[in-house]
Amino acid sequence: MLKTFKIGGIHPNDNKISKGAPIEAMPLPEKVIIPLSQHIGAPAQPCVAKGDKVKVGDLIGTASGFVSSNIHSSVSGTVVAVDAQPDASGVRKPSVTIAVEGDEWNENILRDATELPDLDAKAIIDAVAVAGVVGMGGATFPTQVKLSVPPGKKAEFLIINGVECEPYLTADHRVMLERPDELLTGVELLCRALSVDKAFIGIENNKPDAIRLLGEKAAAHKGVSIEVVPLKVQYPQGGEKQLIDAVVGRQVPSGALPIDTGAVVQNAGTALAVYEAVVKRKPLFERVVTVTGKPLASPRNLLVRVGTPLRALIDYCGGMNESVGKAIGGGPMMGRAICNLDGSVTKGTSGVLLMDASESTRSEAGPCIRCGKCVSVCPMGLEPYLINAMTKKGRIAETESLHPYDCIECGSCSFTCPARIPLLDYIRLAKTEVMKIMRARKS
Amino acid sequence: MNETLIFTVLTLCVLGILSAVALYFVAKKFHVWEDPRIDDVEKMLPGANCGGCGFPGCRGLASALVKADSMEGLACPVGGAATMKAIAEYLGRVAEEKEPEVAVVRCSGSCDVRPRTNKYDGVSSCAVAASLYAGETGCLFGCVGFGDCVAVCAFGALSMDPETGLPVVDDEKCTACGKCVKACPKTIIELRKKGPKSRRVFVSCVNKDKGAITRKACTVGCIGCGKCVKTCPFEAITLENNLAYIDSYKCRLCRKCVVECPTGAIHEVNFPPRPVKTDEPAAPKSSPEPVKAKRSQPATENATMQ
Repeated sequence: MLKTFKIGGIHPNDNKISKGAPIEAMPLPEKVIIPLSQHIGAPAQPCVAKGDKVKVGDLIGTASGFVSSNIHSSVSGTVVAVDAQPDASGVRKPSVTIAVEGDEWNENILRDATELPDLDAKAIIDAVAVAGVVGMGGATFPTQVKLSVPPGKKAEFLIINGVECEPYLTADHRVMLERPDELLTGVELLCRALSVDKAFIGIENNKPDAIRLLGEKAAAHKGVSIEVVPLKVQYPQGGEKQLIDAVVGRQVPSGALPIDTGAVVQNAGTALAVYEAVVKRKPLFERVVTVTGKPLASPRNLLVRVGTPLRALIDYCGGMNESVGKAIGGGPMMGRAICNLDGSVTKGTSGVLLMDASESTRSEAGPCIRCGKCVSVCPMGLEPYLINAMTKKGRIAETESLHPYDCIECGSCSFTCPARIPLLDYIRLAKTEVMKIMRARKS
Repeated sequence: MNETLIFTVLTLCVLGILSAVALYFVAKKFHVWEDPRIDDVEKMLPGANCGGCGFPGCRGLASALVKADSMEGLACPVGGAATMKAIAEYLGRVAEEKEPEVAVVRCSGSCDVRPRTNKYDGVSSCAVAASLYAGETGCLFGCVGFGDCVAVCAFGALSMDPETGLPVVDDEKCTACGKCVKACPKTIIELRKKGPKSRRVFVSCVNKDKGAITRKACTVGCIGCGKCVKTCPFEAITLENNLAYIDSYKCRLCRKCVVECPTGAIHEVNFPPRPVKTDEPAAPKSSPEPVKAKRSQPATENATMQ
């Protein structure tokens, strides 16, 4: 029997309409707007000024603090502005705008290198930090921080997240199919950085081709032992805690970190970025983005430079039409509606999804009938209906005992609710408010 | 038969007396003394339990008042000065003089002056909408318009104006409890000095963006030009982060800044209409009831409109 996680879970229609489309490099836009905060943590400090000439891969923002990340230019050209620009959600964030001229790469990037350099753990982590690699599954947590295991804790194994449980998204699937050797070398490097000798690659069995290909390659791989673990399809298996449970059967306790179970989880796309950062000395300035949706003429998987306007991606894949009701950054379950199509692709943009107006319109919420479906599907074992009701009554502080901060915002509760109550919206509110209260108490 | 009856009655009586004696001693032993003044002070408070004083309900404030050495920082916004004076007299202290305040909505971004750039179809809650994204318009600071403030007001002093999509404060009903101030995720609502005859002058905008960005998003926003700061003879206006702010305790209601403001972001409310300089008949009188806070047009604007 195939493995999966044990608490909750749902089965949305996977709609992977772009899974057959090979990764294709998107033509360069005329102008890129590169936000200086594409990661969790402190925004990078700009180190270029208006009028400066930059090449592809040049550092334009330096990490400021422990949890922060370097930002590099994704194009060659002239810096036309260093100011605040609205991102996909309309919020103005410090950004560097560059007018594209040609495509000249920084000389330090070894575009043709494939040799694995003999580096120790610290050198690998440093190379990852310099290249500004972040978690590419969407959470954008700086990778070097995740690889630096805190003192007193020990990593036992590495888990590579090739689950891609979000409906529609196929970026990781294509990376696994088209760049398996590089990905496995990336896994090897991650294992060395963590000083572990065992890695698992978790892949859901709706991607049999990827399981077969990576399974064969992993079996032939010399060095650390890499095992491909086929998983039963169930959302949200790509959640860090759910994946650890599914692959090795260990549960992360409330308030603890995944490292407490001995597991370090990295996304498949991140493994590829680590390979490029260490072997090719190539900073993270481009990524694979799935551009998909039923209203789109040709759904594709594009290799896109960071900072490219989202509108350009949609236009390249057939453009908008009248039937589009909503554009979403990421997948339909966890992604956020885009209110500004002039916002940029960032390191965390895994997909751009267009939805029909009929698909995207929210139905009117009815009263809660206490059926308990939300409780049974919650992968974190929470009581969504109760947190929702308490929050609506303004009794947010009292929800602390219901652990809203454990919510991973997967949206399973809202998806399953027969009364169409937008449970997640209120849980998210309770989560931020309760975390504020907890922080205030600590300080 | 009789014996059983007498025996039962007697047993119950003895049991009752024994329990009463036991309870008496237990009550003595575990007695918690509470200042009787707390009850008295609580009765003097309005009993709205709104939490506007910062304590959980009127009893919370009452016990704090009795325990504290002075009345400093302790005030019931609902009862106002009269209630606090009575309590001060009862407790033998001096009441803090506090000017009556009122909630003021500092945003005028109605649909016609602040164009929508997208449509939100999520939960009708300002707190939720504000936590998700920048909002339906180009202004990141303005009113979200789902009425979280209206929902928390325990006195029915707030209502949404369906025409402008903005909340309106009823001066008569507002007790300045400050609940709406806390509920607004954009901190648009502020408690300001009520002013003589409810006359007030305030900057009806909280946009901290640079002038050009503000202007693009909303035609009546404060662009931070600083004209009002220079005009004010009483140094009541400060300019910080591209936003002017009028200190209601320094403002002497001369209204010079209102005329000066190029975008009309500074509002004057409940003033009699200004004399019009042209020969044309005077501008229509502004609403006579002081309840409805309606802005009377500055003279210059009136002249150009007619």
